[in-house]
Amino acid sequence: MPVPKLAARGVSVTKGNVHILDGIDLEVEQGTFLALIGPSGAGKSTLLGLLAGLETPDIGRVEKNGSPLERPGLVSYMPQSDLLLPWRSVLANVSLGLEATGVSKKDAREKAMKALQRFGLEEFAKVPPAALSGGMRSRVALLRTALLERDVLLLDEPFGALDALTRRSLQGWLLDVRDTLAATIVLVTHDVDEALLLADRVVVLTERPARVALDVPVGLARPRSMEVETTDEFTQLKRKLLGSLGVAG
Amino acid sequence: MRRAVPAVLLALIVLIVWELVVRLFDIPSFLLPGPVAIVQAFWGSRGMLLAQSVPTAGEALIGFLGAAAAGTISGLLINRSSLAERSLYPWLVASQTLPVIAIAPVLVTWFGYGPLPKVLVVILFCFFPITVSTVDGLRATDPDLIRLMRSFGAGRWRTFFMVEVPGALPFLFGGVRLAVTYSVVGAIIGEWVGSSKGLGFLMIQDKNQFEIPRLFAEIALLSLMGVTLFLLVALAQRLIAPWTLKQDK
Repeated sequence: MPVPKLAARGVSVTKGNVHILDGIDLEVEQGTFLALIGPSGAGKSTLLGLLAGLETPDIGRVEKNGSPLERPGLVSYMPQSDLLLPWRSVLANVSLGLEATGVSKKDAREKAMKALQRFGLEEFAKVPPAALSGGMRSRVALLRTALLERDVLLLDEPFGALDALTRRSLQGWLLDVRDTLAATIVLVTHDVDEALLLADRVVVLTERPARVALDVPVGLARPRSMEVETTDEFTQLKRKLLGSLGVAG
Repeated sequence: MRRAVPAVLLALIVLIVWELVVRLFDIPSFLLPGPVAIVQAFWGSRGMLLAQSVPTAGEALIGFLGAAAAGTISGLLINRSSLAERSLYPWLVASQTLPVIAIAPVLVTWFGYGPLPKVLVVILFCFFPITVSTVDGLRATDPDLIRLMRSFGAGRWRTFFMVEVPGALPFLFGGVRLAVTYSVVGAIIGEWVGSSKGLGFLMIQDKNQFEIPRLFAEIALLSLMGVTLFLLVALAQRLIAPWTLKQDK
């Protein structure tokens, strides 16, 4: 049994009087794309913050490669809103993460420019983020995260605010990024279809205080096109997930 | 440029009505001189008026720059150290209840008739809005942005300079624009209390000698000075923080 890339071991969190996470056990193998779903307010974001090392659990611990993860900066993390800085151009926003880790401005911008070129966004390099559409902003935020080239990518509902069509194209884009990085990904989403379309494995959390309600592998063949959603296998998985979410399937 | 048309038109109308009222009712010029008489008075003493504007403008500008330095430094201190916040901030607020005009004679007693007490009066007038806007601006940083920087692995100072400082600039410029309009007022009050040159000194003399048209010319010069300083700040904002001006687009 290899050491999991990322693991939560008996993790519990209480904020004030609210018991948010109740003894979560989770292991994510190297290279896995894991989707984390659950009722809203269940503590998905809290769990992701723990995995990012941004918070520490009251009970239990988080491990990366088998050793305790006690500080941020070891995995990539993309928050719910894009948080692009209005005073930085697209290029400078993409390079922000690298600059924040101490990479020289020149090297960081060079790398950012290459990333923009690879994904066909170089024409936006000098544009301020205020001029971008929602989908474009998400792409820039995702590139900013991916550019850190860390082996774990934690994404907190990155496409939640986008329209269905843009979301589709960004999901495809995310798979491209993942193939380039060969990273382990944990994606928080409230969209069961998105989870099944992207993930190798789906973990469902219960209502607060959250426990793991269901942990299922997604054996659908890749690449998954939209047609996969019409297969029996997809429908059965979806029914199973919706059932565990407490939604009649 | 076209946006200025209504303001210029209004000014013209007011000036014409003013001149007509003065002429129709034959108001003596020591009570209310008309715009024509004021312009004539200015032209007649233009050399002296412009020469006397120099020390006043100098006091206003140096005092304003001093206030900008004192205001941002005290604002930074208050932001960085809770001890400074608890010890310094209440007294800074309390200091604003003291009428500066009452302190000015004391400053003259201490520092004589030279430019120093005037500069100090200007600083006393201007530093507070800059302090408050610095504190508010730094405090208004989006906590999610700080979290994002932590997730990159950025330290406290890098977060401060890359995110908190640029984020505070829109607030800071608000305070600076307010302060710069106070700077001319401060210089004049400083000169009224005790001086041998400057527009404030001339105003007192002209009032005593019933040179009322020239007094009005001095007032007009002062207001021109204030507007010029304000425009300089606006220009600085456009150069340093252009994104703060475009946000409502």
